[in-house]
Amino acid sequence: MKILVPVKRVIDYNVKPRVKADGTGVDLANVKMSMNPFDEIAVEEAIRIKEAGKAEEIVAVSVGPAKAQDTLRTALAMGADRAILIETDTEVEPLAVAKILKAIVAEENPGLVILGKQAIDDDSNQTGQMLAALLGRPQGTFASKVEIDGDHVAVTREVDGGLETVKLALPAIVTTDLRLNEPRYASLPNIMKAKKKQLDVKTAADYGVDIAPRLKTLKVSEPPVRVAGVKVADVDALVTKLKELGVA
Amino acid sequence: MIEREEMPYDVVIVGGGPAGLATAIRLKQVDPALSVCVLEKGSEIGAHILSGATIDPKALDELLPTWREDGCPLAETPVTDNWHWHLTKKKKFGLPHLVMPPFMSNEGNYTGSLGNLCRWLAEQAEALEIEIFPGFPAAEILYDESGAVIGVQTGDMGVDREGNPKADFQPGMNLLGKYTVFCEGARGHLTKRLKARYDLEADCQPQIYGIGIKELWDIPADKHVPGRVIHTQGWPMSETDSWGGGFLYHQANNQVALGFVTALDYKNPYVYPFEEFQRWKQHPDIRAILEGGKRVAYGARAINEGGWQSVPMLVFPGGVLAGCSAGFVNVPRIKGTHTAMKSGMLAAEAMAAAINAGRAQDTLGEYDTAVRESWIAKELKLVQNAEPMVAKWGGEIGTVLAGADMWLRTLFGFGLAKPMKHHTDASTLQRADLYQPIAYPKPDGVISFDRLTSVSYSFTNHEEDQPVHLKLKDASVPTAINLPFYAGPEARYCPAGVYEFVDPDGAGAKLQINAQNCVHCKTCDIKDPTQNIEWVTPEGGGGPNYPNM
Repeated sequence: MKILVPVKRVIDYNVKPRVKADGTGVDLANVKMSMNPFDEIAVEEAIRIKEAGKAEEIVAVSVGPAKAQDTLRTALAMGADRAILIETDTEVEPLAVAKILKAIVAEENPGLVILGKQAIDDDSNQTGQMLAALLGRPQGTFASKVEIDGDHVAVTREVDGGLETVKLALPAIVTTDLRLNEPRYASLPNIMKAKKKQLDVKTAADYGVDIAPRLKTLKVSEPPVRVAGVKVADVDALVTKLKELGVA
Repeated sequence: MIEREEMPYDVVIVGGGPAGLATAIRLKQVDPALSVCVLEKGSEIGAHILSGATIDPKALDELLPTWREDGCPLAETPVTDNWHWHLTKKKKFGLPHLVMPPFMSNEGNYTGSLGNLCRWLAEQAEALEIEIFPGFPAAEILYDESGAVIGVQTGDMGVDREGNPKADFQPGMNLLGKYTVFCEGARGHLTKRLKARYDLEADCQPQIYGIGIKELWDIPADKHVPGRVIHTQGWPMSETDSWGGGFLYHQANNQVALGFVTALDYKNPYVYPFEEFQRWKQHPDIRAILEGGKRVAYGARAINEGGWQSVPMLVFPGGVLAGCSAGFVNVPRIKGTHTAMKSGMLAAEAMAAAINAGRAQDTLGEYDTAVRESWIAKELKLVQNAEPMVAKWGGEIGTVLAGADMWLRTLFGFGLAKPMKHHTDASTLQRADLYQPIAYPKPDGVISFDRLTSVSYSFTNHEEDQPVHLKLKDASVPTAINLPFYAGPEARYCPAGVYEFVDPDGAGAKLQINAQNCVHCKTCDIKDPTQNIEWVTPEGGGGPNYPNM
């Protein structure tokens, strides 16, 4: 079985995003970027499935700028076998990504597509579901456990108030949640080896996919600054204050 | 025994700052066949780089003469306007340019982010097939039986707080070089070991330092004058009989980079460099520039202040020191990027010639000689008494003497005094009972801020479950010596609030080390009065994530 792992280059989780002065978006100039943490979990899961002898090849794919090659190299260093970059400098929406992935699935024919449930930059949580719909394949989202069993995969899903296990016929789409695994470090020897692994660069046009945005960003602004609290002397003062504010 | 993979290179470079990247690029320019790798402990190139910066492009012109046309971000903002202010608490006095020696002018210099210059240099380096490994610190030096350096070992990943391997443990790797270049910046932890092992400071003065604390601000466009650079002296350091000074540079995109350097030879243990910076920002003439603006980043880094007399022997079997590991900062000009890069280039030329002559892992004496005959030496000798004169005679008289000394050396080739001596910064701290605590103003949350909020703007992070990378040689010293005699200076000199004396159960104070906050400035390793604190490199990728700093 072949596994396809889509990964996204996003602003690093340690960085405090800063909105551009003109309110058109988040300032990414010289800001540290890295692999979307949920996608890192997806790469790790794919490697574990391969290590368990249930997959032969892992193909990582990314849609993004030339620098997304660094993200793919990270996936290769972790253990993916080869990578494909669909290079574009425009912002791509989940639907466009899903359409590109659909075309790659047609070409690569993977038994499993595993990807993060959402990217930490736009928090859309759509790509996996859209891909499943476009392909007409079963989906197991928010996975905290993935077990391949012959031509099926059992996916334990994190749902409100508990866990739900679904059994999907392969080929299928799985999106990962935080508790699925702890991704490994890319070791230095593996980073060195990853530089020699195959990485193909293509464009959306190569797949005949129109990636023009369907949405228009009107304004991006920072969350309001939290105002300082006030200390009250006793319960009576608290009640008075709450009444003043109209919350009690 | 842990099995470690090995990889041989012609040259292994420790540190992806301006010196390391200039070394790598020059090596490949001289001989494209050489194999070169650069290790960088930061999560990416530039992540741990913090500087003013107003940069003299002299070395960049020699290394990559078409840098202005090749998209180098430094080219964006040439210095247009150079001010030097002497501050009193409420006023400023502009010092006329005529009294300053000509080299103090910033004409032809550029102001911008050194981190971004490094990011651009790294792109040039990668185009030359130099292998750069961010997120991998050199943790240990490797020696052969004869005692020569043969390379370095990268840090282990996935070790828990007690030092045991975790499930995701990855052993460090041995990178072997015919020569190993150490350019770790000021007070590198491996450089410190090398200086001791090979007695590299036998014929020079000890290195001394300052702690520079910096912020980046967006300011209103109508206040922004791209290319204007301002330096200040006098207040507030005049209040504590210490010395230091501020800088404020108008850079690209309506941003100003501003900061304050406190010399670490201060005596009064109540001096609090972070608070000195915060109150300096409240000076009416600085505040006026910042009002209506917004802070976007914060960070801190120690800077060498020893000058020419503190430059150690640069070579030892198998390796060399370059950049701030050696210490080529021109203190009155507050510039060291050009000298750091030039030293790396000279090291590269010496190494390439030696490797092509079939040599390896010997002592590259010709590099040490080349530096001492280069423009680095010429430039640094002119200013070698500026810092010690200010340190000895104080800000005002010292500045006049330093100015006279620099003029005499510029015009006649001799100064007021012979090269003056230094004392280590750890040795200058005096007992707390000789001083009164200093009452610093509370932050207003608009211009001045508290320390922990500030640290969050360095975007620093460390994997929590790993050994504390700030080692105490003797765990009893903080409460037995530092707290009773020096009022716990580590709680103040650390710009990241790593050291905290706490007394949770009333049973007596304990030192709590919040290693996760560390911004890798190295001040604790420098200023601890009994030299009990040792900074070692944490797990790779940890530490600040400076953008545009």
